[in-house]
Amino acid sequence: MNFSVNSPFLYVVAIVVILFVIAQSVFFLIRAYRRGKAIGMDKAALKKTIVSSAIFTIAPAISILLGVITLSKFLGIPLPWIRMSVIGAITYELPAATSTATALGISLSETIRDPKVYTAIAWVMTLGILPSIVGTPILLKPLQKGMLKIKNRDSKWSDLLMTAMFLGMISAFLGMVFADIRTGLAGFIPLFVLLFSALLMGICGILIKKCKMKWLETYAMSISMVGAMIFACIISAIIK
Amino acid sequence: MKKSFDESTHFWGRIWIWSAVVVVLLVPIVACLYYNAWPQGSAVLKGLLGVAPIYWTVGIIEIITYTPMLGTGGSYLAFVTGNLSALKAPCALTAMENAEVKPGSEEGEIISTIAIATSSIVTTVIIALGVVLLSYLVPVLDSPVLKPAFDNILPALFGGLAVVYVSKNWKIAIAPLVFMIAIFLIVPSLASSVGILVPVGAIISIVVARIMYKKNII
Repeated sequence: MNFSVNSPFLYVVAIVVILFVIAQSVFFLIRAYRRGKAIGMDKAALKKTIVSSAIFTIAPAISILLGVITLSKFLGIPLPWIRMSVIGAITYELPAATSTATALGISLSETIRDPKVYTAIAWVMTLGILPSIVGTPILLKPLQKGMLKIKNRDSKWSDLLMTAMFLGMISAFLGMVFADIRTGLAGFIPLFVLLFSALLMGICGILIKKCKMKWLETYAMSISMVGAMIFACIISAIIK
Repeated sequence: MKKSFDESTHFWGRIWIWSAVVVVLLVPIVACLYYNAWPQGSAVLKGLLGVAPIYWTVGIIEIITYTPMLGTGGSYLAFVTGNLSALKAPCALTAMENAEVKPGSEEGEIISTIAIATSSIVTTVIIALGVVLLSYLVPVLDSPVLKPAFDNILPALFGGLAVVYVSKNWKIAIAPLVFMIAIFLIVPSLASSVGILVPVGAIISIVVARIMYKKNII
């Protein structure tokens, strides 16, 4: 069998996996929507969630697509396509491929031709992310029981605990923008982008509250994110 | 007696997620069978040694950190479709904030699941479209003019998110924020392993929040 990283066979495998992921998403979407209606939630609010989540997702999804393009240079399209649609992220897959290539003593500067190298990389990528999928059904119930216990004992603390967790997560990503500022003015770009995004969000917040523009809520996150990304292009052009 | 909605979500969630495990494992298996190209075990092992210790730890920590926010259905879905920190978690949090429902409540569960499901479908469709249109898209997406936009997607996303959450709970936010800014200033190379710092930030803010709660500051 002639091997190619872009063989029709691998495309078929990719399409099967992608259909599985879409089927699972549609299943949960319909189920949650029906349940929401059944317990008397506002239909408009449910629809608003769908619209705002869809718009919010566009820019990050394009950045994931860029990850597929990066990996496709040596792995072809199908494998990165699968990996980035199922639990993967470029921050996982690139080191996994690099680590395997180093172990085999090959370079990733060109397209892989040896099927054994290809399958070795596919195995490392797959086994590397497996605990995230396997761990969920095992850990989810005990974790929820623990949270419920805390909630029953002290519901105010349980709310604070959840908020503290979000803030811990957000802090890590906020702190990250300071990583490069010692490298000079260009290192400040991420910080400027962050502040600009915050500014846009602040303006949206004022418009929503003071000018009663409730409809803006649906788009506020997307506006501040995409606005700040455009700002990043402009400021990078100016600084460099 | 009829099973509760949450019990039945667990039931279906488990069926889907174990099927996902099979599907994911089948990918390398069918590739090996079809091309009759089983890799050397030692190569896979060496490759895994380079990444697994970190991935497996982060993977388990992510489950502990994110499942309480995402709810039952959202977790079963998000841990299959991935991209949690940079997409699914912010998406679900924003949706719950806008709908004025709390994570952990039944309404929160529904809004979070709808947000994550929609986001997963849109992501999958955009990647699929991108793959089909790849030859047209590469020159545009790879252009140096657009590069800064995608290089800075995380600050662009978290800036807006921070305004919403930090402004409401600034007392809890101070300690983890100061710690994170300090650690990234001292060790800039940590930026590539931000996933490990997420639980560190969570632990710091939980401990500080607990102390402030006990002293009636919050």
